[in-house]
Amino acid sequence: MNLIELSIISLTSAMVVYALAFIAFAMDLARRSAAVGAAQQGQVSEAEQPVAVAAGSVAGSSTSVNSASVNSASAGSASVGPGPLPRAGKPKAADTGLAYGRSPSLRVGVALTVLAWVLHLAAVLMRGIAAERVPWANMYEFSMTGTLLIVGVFLLVLTRVDLRFLGTFITGLVLVLLLLASMNFYVEVAPLPPALQSVWLVIHVFVASLATGLFALGFALSVVQLMQFRRESIAAGGKPARLRFLATLPSSQKLENLAYRVTIIGFILWTFTLMAGSIWAEKAWGRYWGWDTKEVWTFIIWVIFAGYIHARATRGWRGSRSAWLAIIGFSAVLFNFGIVNVFFKGLHAYSGL
Amino acid sequence: MSRPSDHYDSRPPVSEAGDGVTQPKLGFIGWLRWFWRQLTSMRTALFLLLLLAIAAVPGSLVPQRSSDPNGVTQYFADNPDLAPVLDNFQAFDVYSSAWFSAIYLLLFVSLIGCVIPRTAHHLKALRAAPPKTPARLARLAGFTTRQAPAGTDAATAVDSARRLLKSTGYRVALFNSRSRAGRSEFSVSAERGYLRETGNLVFHSALVGVLVTVGFGSGFGFSGQRVLVEGQTFVNTLGAYDSFNPGRFFDDGTLDPYKLSLDTFEADYEMENLDAYGQPIDFTADVTITHRGQESEAGTVKVNEPLYTGGTDVYLLGNGYAPTITVKDPDGNVVFTDSIPFLPQDANLTSMGVVKVPDGLDEQLGMLGFFYPTQDVAASGAYFSSFPDLVYPMLTLNVYAGDLGLDSGVPASVYTLDVDELTPLTGRDIGIDSIELMPGETQDLPNGLGSVTFENANPDAADGDFTGSVPRFASFDIHHDPTQGWVLLFAILVLLGLLTSLFVPRRRVWVKALEGDDGSIRLEYAGLARGEDPTLEAAVSALADRHAALLEADAPPADAPADSLPGGSQQTDSQQTDTRQT
Repeated sequence: MNLIELSIISLTSAMVVYALAFIAFAMDLARRSAAVGAAQQGQVSEAEQPVAVAAGSVAGSSTSVNSASVNSASAGSASVGPGPLPRAGKPKAADTGLAYGRSPSLRVGVALTVLAWVLHLAAVLMRGIAAERVPWANMYEFSMTGTLLIVGVFLLVLTRVDLRFLGTFITGLVLVLLLLASMNFYVEVAPLPPALQSVWLVIHVFVASLATGLFALGFALSVVQLMQFRRESIAAGGKPARLRFLATLPSSQKLENLAYRVTIIGFILWTFTLMAGSIWAEKAWGRYWGWDTKEVWTFIIWVIFAGYIHARATRGWRGSRSAWLAIIGFSAVLFNFGIVNVFFKGLHAYSGL
Repeated sequence: MSRPSDHYDSRPPVSEAGDGVTQPKLGFIGWLRWFWRQLTSMRTALFLLLLLAIAAVPGSLVPQRSSDPNGVTQYFADNPDLAPVLDNFQAFDVYSSAWFSAIYLLLFVSLIGCVIPRTAHHLKALRAAPPKTPARLARLAGFTTRQAPAGTDAATAVDSARRLLKSTGYRVALFNSRSRAGRSEFSVSAERGYLRETGNLVFHSALVGVLVTVGFGSGFGFSGQRVLVEGQTFVNTLGAYDSFNPGRFFDDGTLDPYKLSLDTFEADYEMENLDAYGQPIDFTADVTITHRGQESEAGTVKVNEPLYTGGTDVYLLGNGYAPTITVKDPDGNVVFTDSIPFLPQDANLTSMGVVKVPDGLDEQLGMLGFFYPTQDVAASGAYFSSFPDLVYPMLTLNVYAGDLGLDSGVPASVYTLDVDELTPLTGRDIGIDSIELMPGETQDLPNGLGSVTFENANPDAADGDFTGSVPRFASFDIHHDPTQGWVLLFAILVLLGLLTSLFVPRRRVWVKALEGDDGSIRLEYAGLARGEDPTLEAAVSALADRHAALLEADAPPADAPADSLPGGSQQTDSQQTDTRQT
């Protein structure tokens, strides 16, 4: 059995484990809903005892000063008000969700994701070693490495901020992308054509994938932000909201701040991708910018996220509207990868299909 | 305020007092001012950005003349009704169209209108001292209180905070005021992160720089194309280019007339990996460059490695075969001999070319040729090439006689032959086989017109070895863009500006010392974020910790038992306590 076959086996195993992780994360969401339901009933029976107030559930992370400060920064300016000192025993600001902690299924989900990621990494490495070059020279390899980076960024962020509740989304997204890539994009290992023989292949494509990973996370956070905002609006009206698990997640305000921080890092990497691509284009095609279809879409994505950052600084656009821009931006990234590469005519004809 | 009025950090607009009051007419200047304010507002900038993103989309759906002129021709042929309509909307020149230009020019006017007042304001801020300490710090972010160690007086405590802040990059100012109770309050007001706004301004200004250098600067350069067969030489003069696109301000007298010869062109193809059999691995053009009055020097041009010489960049963009064809009259006199670039039609270099023999024969002769580097026969009997290298090279020629139209003075492409007016001498239609030649072979032309030879460029090779038997050509793009370096410089500034404007925290921090009734000193710490600042709270609490440690170290040892300090942290704002817990 050669390395290429081992790589495929490793990737298939990774997909199976991602699927199991997805199930575990989904079970965790179900448990969250159940816990919220129970807490609401408890509140009804013991109105004196606010169950849903225990602190520390937002980030749930003991290591992160940063994450906590985002939370308290917004809470600090919003809720303290003119009073000299907050009253003791006052329920924590609305910023914190319901106390929930980590269910066994959540722990299992994270553990399985790590295991799947290791298998995934092994698959990518073996593919690279077998090809004797970086493993991102065609659509199949790019999908493989790009999804590896999405999960990698997710796991890395977990060490600093507790975003475990996004597990369902991340494993689900990666699983779908890997399935699509394995079924539609698979090509045998081939040497690099002269146009791709450049150090910029290593830099430009890798940074683009990394940016994609961060945009994916920002997208997920923005989606949850919108759902959370809706729940908050409904709850403010005193009506019971559906999707009860949302009550255990951070507030829409905090989700927005997190999404912003992830996305601006992605934006900087995307800016670099665009520039590195221009430098490479100058070397390979004799011009640094020529409105090639892929260049156009890279530009469009850049402008959308520039709009997102401006929206965050524009009164009336903060919150849900800017979240929509982050969602549109990541959709454009997916479009740029999945549709433009395959169906549009242009110089970036490296899909290998 | 320097920022647009609808910036998130600007003060919210004051609602117009007295709704029933008729406002005075704005007048022309008033309207201009109103328009300018609208144009430079954040909302307009955002709108224009999103519009720009949308406007860029059609250019990726429809082929563009700038990047894909053949695609445009094809589109017109495929959609004869739709294409002219789209053309009216400049859909084939989106990125130079009036509407696309209008959007980005408005965006940049809006940007400049925003950046200039902000720059002025920032320059003022850079020279200004931090603002006066607010009366009540408790309202502000990260509010923390500590008890100064006994024996420390307020002025000393504040001064030590000033030194601490200054050493960590804050600009500081000391204030001394009286509280309502008549007690004296010492405080230090500190601000840092001016670099954030600097970065923001650099980012936006550099974007203008990119636009200006790309827009105007590219007018000073040129781009040209030239095809060279192995052994041929090109002199960098206007007439020597196959095609030449000068910028608006380019003076072709400035061309440096260096000589560039293509000595050999080597192409390597994959032969071991059967999944990628025949895929190109390497293209190398070995060239010789001679500058006027200088020794010749050798150089190479590869796909990702352009050659920089004589103020121009030489890129290798294409290659193919250029069979050498000789035509003789019936008496054996050579009437035509040349290496003719055949344009590749597929990955295995099935190539198409045209031979035009205007003089020397009884009639003008045109030949439409196909070249197969490794000829193979499909089940249908059609020829095709199965490998891009010279394994079994074959040239087929269809011969036509008649007026080639060369004498009328109308420019005609060397790569096409209009056969409508010509008489076919070979071909399926008239039942006469096309001429088929391998390198070194000669065949008679129909009607006793003479003979045609497919020259072997490497006649000494062993039998059956066709390596080097057919010359190759390389097509070079030769560019000159004097502003490329500037664009790169501005791009780097864009990136650096972006990094600092997004990651350097701009914040104000205050430390206040208040005397209590019993003479004890209460220290207050608070901060104010200016822009996104997720670590402000942590920074204020770290400042309080460091300051407390500093004061304790300075305090007189006898009067300051070690446990006097923690008492202070019990008074810490509950928000702060929460931060610790999470």
